[in-house]
Amino acid sequence: MSRLKIATKNVAGQTVERLYKDLERRIVASPPGICPVDLALNFLRLCHAQTCGKCVPCRVGLGQLADYLNQVLEGEATMETLGEIEKLAKVISNSADCAIGYEAANMVLRGLQGFRDDYVAHIKNGKCTNHITQAIPCVALCPAGVDIPGYIALVNEGRYADAVRLIRKDNPFPTACALICEHPCEARCRRSMFDTAVNIRGLKRFAVDNAGVVPAPPCAEATGKRVAIVGGGPSGLSAAYFLSLMGHKCVVYEMKSKLGGMLRYGIPNYRFPRERLQEDIDCVLSTGVEVKYNTKIGENFSIKDLREQYDAVYIAIGAHNDKKIGIEGEDSNNVMSAVELLDNIGNDNIPDFTGKTVAVVGGGNVAMDCVRSAVRLGAKRAIIAYRRRKEDMTALPEEVEGALEEGCELMELSSPVRIEADENGNAVALWVKPQIIGRMDEWGRARPSDSSKPEVRVACDIVIVAIGQGIESRHFEEAGMPVKRGNITAMDDGEIINIPGVFAGGDCVTGPATVIRAIAAGKVAAANIDEYLGYNHLISVDIDIPAASHADKPACGRVNLTNVPADERKCNFDHIECGMTLEEAKQESSRCLRCDHFGYGNFKGGRAEIW
Amino acid sequence: MVNLTINNRQVSVPEGTTILDAAAGIGIMIPHLCYLRDINEIAACRVCQVEIQGKEKLITACNNKVEEGMVIFTNSPKVRETRKTIVRLILSQHDCRCAICVRSGNCELQKIANDLGCIENPYNGRIEHNEWNPEFPIIRDNAKCIKCMRCIQVCDKIQTLHVWDVVNTGSRTTVDVANGRKIEHADCAACGQCVTHCPVGALREKDDIGKVLAALNDPETITVVQVAPAVRTAWGEDLGMSGDVATEKRLASVLRHIGFDYVFDTNFSADLTIMEEGTEFIERLKNPDKSRFPMFTSCCPGWVRFVKSQYPEFVDNLSTAKSPQQMFGAVVKSYFAKKADIDPSRICSVSIMPCTAKKAEAAYDNMSSAGYGQDVDYVLTTREFARLVRGEAIIPEALPEEDFDSPLGTYSGAGVIFGATGGVMEAALRSAFYLVTGKNPDADAFSAVRGMNPWKEAAFNVGGNEIRTATVHGLGNTRQLLDAIKRGEVKYDFVEVMACPGGCVGGGGQPIRDGQELAKDRAPILYSLDRNKNIRFSHENPDVLKMYEEFFEKPDSPVAHKLLHTDHHAWDM
Repeated sequence: MSRLKIATKNVAGQTVERLYKDLERRIVASPPGICPVDLALNFLRLCHAQTCGKCVPCRVGLGQLADYLNQVLEGEATMETLGEIEKLAKVISNSADCAIGYEAANMVLRGLQGFRDDYVAHIKNGKCTNHITQAIPCVALCPAGVDIPGYIALVNEGRYADAVRLIRKDNPFPTACALICEHPCEARCRRSMFDTAVNIRGLKRFAVDNAGVVPAPPCAEATGKRVAIVGGGPSGLSAAYFLSLMGHKCVVYEMKSKLGGMLRYGIPNYRFPRERLQEDIDCVLSTGVEVKYNTKIGENFSIKDLREQYDAVYIAIGAHNDKKIGIEGEDSNNVMSAVELLDNIGNDNIPDFTGKTVAVVGGGNVAMDCVRSAVRLGAKRAIIAYRRRKEDMTALPEEVEGALEEGCELMELSSPVRIEADENGNAVALWVKPQIIGRMDEWGRARPSDSSKPEVRVACDIVIVAIGQGIESRHFEEAGMPVKRGNITAMDDGEIINIPGVFAGGDCVTGPATVIRAIAAGKVAAANIDEYLGYNHLISVDIDIPAASHADKPACGRVNLTNVPADERKCNFDHIECGMTLEEAKQESSRCLRCDHFGYGNFKGGRAEIW
Repeated sequence: MVNLTINNRQVSVPEGTTILDAAAGIGIMIPHLCYLRDINEIAACRVCQVEIQGKEKLITACNNKVEEGMVIFTNSPKVRETRKTIVRLILSQHDCRCAICVRSGNCELQKIANDLGCIENPYNGRIEHNEWNPEFPIIRDNAKCIKCMRCIQVCDKIQTLHVWDVVNTGSRTTVDVANGRKIEHADCAACGQCVTHCPVGALREKDDIGKVLAALNDPETITVVQVAPAVRTAWGEDLGMSGDVATEKRLASVLRHIGFDYVFDTNFSADLTIMEEGTEFIERLKNPDKSRFPMFTSCCPGWVRFVKSQYPEFVDNLSTAKSPQQMFGAVVKSYFAKKADIDPSRICSVSIMPCTAKKAEAAYDNMSSAGYGQDVDYVLTTREFARLVRGEAIIPEALPEEDFDSPLGTYSGAGVIFGATGGVMEAALRSAFYLVTGKNPDADAFSAVRGMNPWKEAAFNVGGNEIRTATVHGLGNTRQLLDAIKRGEVKYDFVEVMACPGGCVGGGGQPIRDGQELAKDRAPILYSLDRNKNIRFSHENPDVLKMYEEFFEKPDSPVAHKLLHTDHHAWDM
């Protein structure tokens, strides 16, 4: 007998490892709308399978807990059962020897709080309140509900213009979304169950790159109704586009000299070239939308004026105000906000950072835009100072990686404490306090706090503050509109309570969010403004979607988009992302599992041809 | 054309053909369960899977289209193994006590299981149980539901009432009344289209055979039966009889043989309905300012339930005339009882109907105008009637043809066409023409309202008045028509509505032939009976005229109003 042995993996062990991976993937691809109590029970059973069997609470208790949950699902429980579940789970949580037991119980406790209504519905009605409303995962997760399997099938057949027309049925910004959408649609792609999500955005990119100029559909007969739209960003222009198609006259009030909002003034050219933005804007304007440039609400006109002059108003002013850190020296020279920097770049007012050291405060996508722009503006060093860790950053991982590839430096766990200025008031350094990562908050995000390490001086010439944007809501508050925590309060149909005919949506309601959410808000507003005006115009498009292929779907890698090499791209603001080749687009589009045809989508909650 | 090979046979079919149809075209049947053409093409049961050469996964034949060069096998070892396993899995969640199921012998699952030789099942039974209101005309038994989703689709797509829905998720997914309601609160029209499209016995009518037998057994009770027009087109189907044997006269004979004391015909009261409804319509025409247009027919209880729940603003447009069934019931316990010198309280009034909603109608509180309990005591569907015949071990073929009893067994050609879409309209127009002009039109002058088109418009000149009519069947089509009226896009004077596609011949109480819509085949039987009648006008039915003379005086007289008309607001859904 050897005294010690080297552990080697056997086939069974390897297979189990693979099963764990499969399980992870399966959870990622969990379809929206399933019963949370059923899920909780089955998670609990998995936890129970993990128990080593030594301790009573875990070995016996988790099984008893599962029995209770099963009673709830089988309609055999009473309201008292809920109390019993809670009591038992608390005992397990407090008495289990290791995390296998107490964390399993904690999961049940969290569910008991988080979806108590579902428990109660099972007990009282013997039925679940959940059901699948949108059966196609990508469409369900696209805020605008774009017909994704439809356009992927069209791309596969080489019908790019039809793909663009199909996208525009729900989203008049196909190009913007092809280039910069955060693609929530990919999050639960059923393909993830056995390989990886389809590269949906990449395929949309292929469609818009190859479609040529696709004219907008004709507008419905003019209704004579006039709608004012405040803000010419993605939300306002989406509403304007659909309302124009419905036959209403739309006038957009834009405070800047160009349209696009954050698409122009928030996203740098290297991610979204201006001429590509113009493709979407031109299409919107081709429907007869009128624009009044350089007019600002609260200055050139008031909400009262609009209510008098128009039949309806849509407020989509976005979130363009800086947020300040509130530290000493923030008013020094060469300290600027992200909004200010990107706004200047958007207006072709390009600053020169040649030879300068630039420190960017923040960890979101805007911070990445700033630091990567700084590199392109000639900065000698570009530093990201962030008070949490890299994995806590809200920026997309590919944005962070892109910045690092381009030579940006990342100072994690560095909380800004003051900006040091010279005798002329020019910033010379950013002082940061090293942080220690600490406890998770209730949503599982780790909180930093001051460590015992001494403050660090980061010598720099320019400080850019990119810690978020706010909404200029003062005028609306004064006009008597509901404003909560700086955001305009609108109902889920876009209406503003007690102010008939006035709707709001996009960043000014949600706070800074994504372009696709802004577009979706514009779509929702258009439908409800049309109703409000007394019409029921329906938006549809006459495109036959190719039949789903019967081919087997073996596991196959995802085609990722590539970037221009870092050394090359960091010198200019040219577009950095390369599209797919035809060969890649063919392969990637044939990876789509066509959940519109296979699965629940051919029964209920599938394709919405009309809205 | 697309060329492909199925089971080594070449076939060429138009583009867009499904594999199922392509195979059927050359006589190759692919077993299927959930599929219902144009209504349910969701490939849920997975029974119709076939193998395509070169492909690992099987594919469903019902909702996948042929491709050029496909090589298909419908009975390969893999298909056989899969099909049998799938059917066994379905059986594991199905109450397989076929002996006590109304669909035994006419059940798609039973047939497939038998055909495939599923005489054993290795899978543990997991049978779902549901609570149900046993008094509702439609009974759902989830122990038999195979989740084919047809009922949901029929109610959504054909009837647009959305009574059924998928409830729960995961392994507990099932079908139940939508939105957590109870069936009695679900605005169900009780049309029974879900029942006739159920492949198994999960949906059936409330069974009233036992009550009828009890009445027949009671020597003190005098049983009177009426038979709706559409029943005679289909009653032989569940008894394995062809149309030329299953005649209405043999039907009368069978009923007499079962023991009914009086064998009457709802056609009689269909003629009576025309007298009342036609008179009401003429009155509305004479007083356009005080009247609501269009006037809607009121003989279909599914439609009346629909309008009450979905379009209450149109309830007062309904004719106040009762349905033929209810007129008949009221006449039996009044005029007939008097004439035959029978104590009405001894009468048990039974109707044989192609309909499940008629069960609901007969039970409304106010359907007791004769004053002796419900005017119609029990309603049997055509299917229940066939079961009753089988239960009595009667061989109809062995019985001679006989006439219905007099006086309530006489009818005109106009009365018998009530059972098909357009029939009530046509019958009414024949008599309205006479009432206005004093002379009969050609009996076939209004044949434009016949046929299976979902929404038929026709305008007729009746004594100088242009009468704009519409005839619609199926509640989804009805909804479209009512919406068009509301939007002011169409204007009519008189509209006939029947809830079931094709009218009562396609009713929810009729025999079930899976995958077949038989209304179009049954309706011609009624038109042929009409054509061969000497009397083709309701206002010429001699026994109806005699009844007016002896009892009602004239249409819409006070006594007619009490017994033959109704207040549609007097009961709640």
